[in-house]
Amino acid sequence: MRITNKHVFWLKALMHVVAILPIIYLVLAVLGDEAGGDPVQYIIHYTGIGALNTFLITLCISPIAKKFKQGALIQTRRLIGLYVFAYATLHLMAFISLDLLFEWTLFFQETVKRPYIVVGTVAYLLLLALSVTSLNAVRRKMGKRWQQLHNSVYLVAVLVPIHFFWSVKSEIIEPSIYIAVAALLLFFRKSQIQRIFKRK
Amino acid sequence: MSNKFTNGLLKRSPWHIKESEVTPEEIFKDRRSIIKALGFGAVGAVGATIPSVANADIFSLFGKDKPAKKFATAPLPFTKQTNYAGAEIVTPYSKVTTHNNFYEFGTSKKAPAENSQEFQVDPWTLVIDGEVDRPLTLGLDDFTKLMDIEQRTYRMRCVEAWSMVIPWLGFPLATLLKRAGVNSKGKYVAFETLHDPEQMPGQSNRFMGGGIHYPYVEGLTIEEAMNDLTFMAVGLYDKTLPPQNGAPIRLVVPWKYGFKSIKSVVRIRVTSQRPPTSWNQLGPSEYGFYANVNPAVDHPRWSQASERRIAEGGLFSATRIKTLPFNGYGDQVADLYRGLDLTKNF
Repeated sequence: MRITNKHVFWLKALMHVVAILPIIYLVLAVLGDEAGGDPVQYIIHYTGIGALNTFLITLCISPIAKKFKQGALIQTRRLIGLYVFAYATLHLMAFISLDLLFEWTLFFQETVKRPYIVVGTVAYLLLLALSVTSLNAVRRKMGKRWQQLHNSVYLVAVLVPIHFFWSVKSEIIEPSIYIAVAALLLFFRKSQIQRIFKRK
Repeated sequence: MSNKFTNGLLKRSPWHIKESEVTPEEIFKDRRSIIKALGFGAVGAVGATIPSVANADIFSLFGKDKPAKKFATAPLPFTKQTNYAGAEIVTPYSKVTTHNNFYEFGTSKKAPAENSQEFQVDPWTLVIDGEVDRPLTLGLDDFTKLMDIEQRTYRMRCVEAWSMVIPWLGFPLATLLKRAGVNSKGKYVAFETLHDPEQMPGQSNRFMGGGIHYPYVEGLTIEEAMNDLTFMAVGLYDKTLPPQNGAPIRLVVPWKYGFKSIKSVVRIRVTSQRPPTSWNQLGPSEYGFYANVNPAVDHPRWSQASERRIAEGGLFSATRIKTLPFNGYGDQVADLYRGLDLTKNF
């Protein structure tokens, strides 16, 4: 079966629902006192993992589309990519508002000083750049440079699992699994990534 | 006529609700107050028009996480009350008991309260031995019968840069050590948490237990242990400790980061050598033996200059306050470290 544009419409609708449901769950959990007595860390971790999971899903789309010859799937990449940005924004906002309580000096000091926050911030800025340039009009205007910029998604794939690994206090099994999965997804694109470096 | 269908019909009317399905009043009230505290007044107002049981059900959507049983705490009378936190607002009981680091029951903040409610504290044995003249073995009842219980309100500063103000019930560790009679070889005190993987799932499951080498161990110098602030807590507010807070007996060292205040202690051993301590073993560059609260020495991955105070109210009512050297207890303990470079001995 070949996925048609009509299928893509419904697939996208489903993706919206699947992407939004966890946020509804989070709000209900916090309201219903199911996220602990002081849910700040819970919210930061939940939205961060949400961004990372969604990000890994976007990286799966191209390999799947190629393998099963379903080119139409590629159309869903932007939608999921924007949800990555949305979750990452919630994650950053939760850190700034709930943990740091809008102490901006502390935020900038920490951003400069702490390697894991530097890594996370760089990844976030890249996601921001990818998101604002995702509009078709911008894409057309940017021409060749658009692809060059969007190749940095592979850099994000390296940075974000490191950010997670670096941030945990002791348990490294879960972040190690994420690093392995990200590495595997990058490995699928070995030749593509090699080409990027050759061009330079 | 007797079959499953009619039995069900006859025995239970549709409006009958089993005892186990009704949210206990205290839990229900707690939820309501937290919703209010969060500032979602509108939700509360809508909720008020729904019959209470239905309302409780809405917030039991995630019922699977709720412990079926609740650990039974008992009222604990005390004779003396001292406040070591000035006019600072005391952290509500509901927050002190649902925001815990106790990796034996899971690494998330809410996991200890969820996974520890069936923890058995009776019988309990606490052994005090090592370099002492009279080794002691205390049972659960001895903590409250042999000791004068007093209430002490202390600030608690976590190494993760959040803090609470907590009224503990208990007695100074020095009282216990004097009973045992520390001999001249005693230079350090080593503490050990119960090792019981059956009851503490984090001890047998690496994923759940955060990679700590169990049993959890901690240590103090003998001078630190004999300081009057060093406290053995057996209760919280006016009740015995719930498991997530270290039932039935735990250490409280208010001028050190929270991880020094070891929970559910089964052994206190006076030693001549510095004992190993769990977080120091796990990350020696990040967690020292002393672990005194010190705003001037950052954790390598975050600042210790300020802390998020968890007090009353909802998510946005927390405040960020300056962290004080020795958590504000410098007058009582700074002398212990005279001549010691605290940036090296962190």
